[in-house]
Amino acid sequence: MRPVSYSRVSDVATAIATVAADPTSAYLAGGTTKIDMLRIYAEPSQRLVDINDLPIDHIEVQPDGAVRVGGLARMNDVALAPVVLDRFPMLSEALLLGASAQLRNMASMGGNMLQRVRCSYFRDAEASCNKREPGTGCSAIAGVNRGHAVLGASPHCIATHPSDAAVALVALDAMIHVQNSGGHHAIAIDDFFLLPGDTPEREHPLNHGDLITAIEVPALPAARNSLYLKVRDRESYEFALASAACALTVTDGVVAEVRLALGGVATKPWRARKAEQVLHGAPATRETFARAAQAELADAVPQTMNGFKIELVQRTMIRALETLTARGAAA
Amino acid sequence: MVASHLPDAVQGPGRVDVVLNVNGATHVVRIEPRVSLLDCLRDHMNLTGAKKGCNQGACGACTVWVDKRRVVACLTLAIACEGREITTIEGMADNGSLHPMQKAFLTEDAFQCGYCTPGQIMSAVALLAEGHAGSDAEIGEWMSGNICRCAAYPNIRTAIRDVRDGVGGVRGATG
Repeated sequence: MRPVSYSRVSDVATAIATVAADPTSAYLAGGTTKIDMLRIYAEPSQRLVDINDLPIDHIEVQPDGAVRVGGLARMNDVALAPVVLDRFPMLSEALLLGASAQLRNMASMGGNMLQRVRCSYFRDAEASCNKREPGTGCSAIAGVNRGHAVLGASPHCIATHPSDAAVALVALDAMIHVQNSGGHHAIAIDDFFLLPGDTPEREHPLNHGDLITAIEVPALPAARNSLYLKVRDRESYEFALASAACALTVTDGVVAEVRLALGGVATKPWRARKAEQVLHGAPATRETFARAAQAELADAVPQTMNGFKIELVQRTMIRALETLTARGAAA
Repeated sequence: MVASHLPDAVQGPGRVDVVLNVNGATHVVRIEPRVSLLDCLRDHMNLTGAKKGCNQGACGACTVWVDKRRVVACLTLAIACEGREITTIEGMADNGSLHPMQKAFLTEDAFQCGYCTPGQIMSAVALLAEGHAGSDAEIGEWMSGNICRCAAYPNIRTAIRDVRDGVGGVRGATG
């Protein structure tokens, strides 16, 4: 592993000032990505600033019904919080279907948003990778790309975004709260995740020293009837081949409200807006769901090994919508 | 939680003194900040119960508890555990008497080669304390972070059920 230096801070202002003052420094939260990246030489030596003692790990209900999750809240704690289970089951499920119990005890919500892609070429310091070393080329396009993206890719990068939780949060229109030495601002989560385009090394709009202090999930009554459906190569402890985060309200047989986002198939947590557009006001039938899924995948681009994902994710969407329709009718 | 002696000052990258509480005993080790909790336990404290399988958080053989929560020691820096309470498989027996989960693993033959067993047991005891051992499916899901390449899974589940359904099986860990 690369050598590192270390300091521990106990308040947000000191944490930000410390990291902002040193371009070689980085925050250390759960460490499940950071230590891994340093060990495989995919990141340079750093001065790690341990922020695990910062008081930003609470899960709070806001007066307007939003739920505010601290940047350092751990995945398991968020997933099992009664308010999340009750109001946003899709977020709870997405969290619990990710990683393992041990990793979920460690990994923070802020870190989950910033986790690095699982593309094996990105993680192999010997391979060409535009995300790790801009301009060197993408090894995945001519390589083993079964797990890669069919939506949102560019000629420079086809890596799939790995987070499950972020897919649910994109469906829920969450806000990422950021603090830096200049103050505080919030970023709509769909703007937080950047498409690779010509700059795959830039995955989010944060600048050095910016700290995710909270993730705010706006109130959404429809989300009580929601789920996260994850399809993968093994039953547990595996990244998604395709997944759908979905909330649905059907009134008199017609889709009154729907939120839909996809994981495992795109270079960012993918809000399925084209599908939502087809679904709104349409009969809640399998035919509608299939048409919506097809509309969302109309522009999908397969690589040599991952063409199956285009069909797989459509089936995943349809099953999620059918399941929620049945649940809503039974309620 | 913050140990008051910890300075904000930068430590390392060379060796520094690190004070760790492991299984109730205080240890002082001189290590670089990059040393993982797993390497610190095994190479600097001679506590070789936690095993190094993948060293990248994928296998669970290094599972220990930090502040009573199960974590993987390979992705945890030892220096980041100053002021925290570390529990390893060596701390599970009580005055020479095996923990009920250790006894159940022996009784049910819940291992073959044994390499993953310390991690399995640290996860299994935590699992019961967390309340995630209701059904076999739930046990399987919440134990999925501990890989057993001998595939002793059916007997591991049996051992966990034994302790779950027995008397006084759970000590120590909380969710």
